[in-house]
Amino acid sequence: MISLSHYLVLAAILFAISVVGIFLNRKNLIVLLMAIELMLLAVNLNFVAFSHYLNDLSGQLFVFFILVVAAAESAIGLAILVVMFRNLSSIHVDDLDNLKG
Amino acid sequence: MEFKTILFYLFAVLTVFAAVRVITARNPVHAVLFLVLAFFNMSGLWLLLQAEFLAIALIMVYVGAVMVLFLFVVMMLDINIERMRQGFWSNLPLGALVGFLMVGEMAVVLTGRYFGLESFPAHEMPASYSNTKELARVLFTDYVYPFELASIILLVAIIAAVMLTLRHRKDTKGMTSSAQVAVRSRDRMRIVKMASATELPATTADQEGDKA
Repeated sequence: MISLSHYLVLAAILFAISVVGIFLNRKNLIVLLMAIELMLLAVNLNFVAFSHYLNDLSGQLFVFFILVVAAAESAIGLAILVVMFRNLSSIHVDDLDNLKG
Repeated sequence: MEFKTILFYLFAVLTVFAAVRVITARNPVHAVLFLVLAFFNMSGLWLLLQAEFLAIALIMVYVGAVMVLFLFVVMMLDINIERMRQGFWSNLPLGALVGFLMVGEMAVVLTGRYFGLESFPAHEMPASYSNTKELARVLFTDYVYPFELASIILLVAIIAAVMLTLRHRKDTKGMTSSAQVAVRSRDRMRIVKMASATELPATTADQEGDKA
């Protein structure tokens, strides 16, 4: 029988994988965006699992809103990426040094 | 072993495998495709949790729209992969340490032995239960204002994405329809009043010539 903790541990593993992905792909903006999508997916799994085991639909509503915000975030993120590629001809993070920080 | 348990482990293993490939794939197109695989398996897990509407919305909205957008952008950009991969594995020790710490801590907390998570029973819904209907009932009563806010967020995202990527090319010729419509005839044509031409009188030289 699959218990709540199975799902929660799976979500934790997914979240950790995407954190490692952010460490590994520091130079590659597009994979960074994908790692953020994976993180949101792990969080959504938590919400759905709790919603099922506590028999409360509010968790699934929250997943709905997280999906909305994640879609908006990735659309704007990709638009910024395209504009950046147009101006710099690269999406390498090291090329983002206009502010000389 | 129960069939649902087998399904859970199948989906879980495939999701984790796809997630690992997303962050390690050399080619960003492959990373996007593995992300699609991860979303599909997550959708299967949500079906096991009886969240049917969200499972199908994940596939239709996420795989159908957002991932295709990702794929478009990845294929449109010309990415220098070799330069991206420089020092790729040098960050692995620190990342792996953080990742293992997170999973370890979470596993200690979440495996039900200490916190009684095993005591939550799974709710098996009757066959007549409609997840979509119940979700809609809650969404349009208790959560109607957040729902409208979500639509505003999406609207702002649409406008932002269009405005960010919109550009006017200088080297193409086009029509400005508003300027065309606003044209008035008196801006284009000027009517000048002139004295009408009169017939020239016969010159005296001609008359003398006739006499000679």
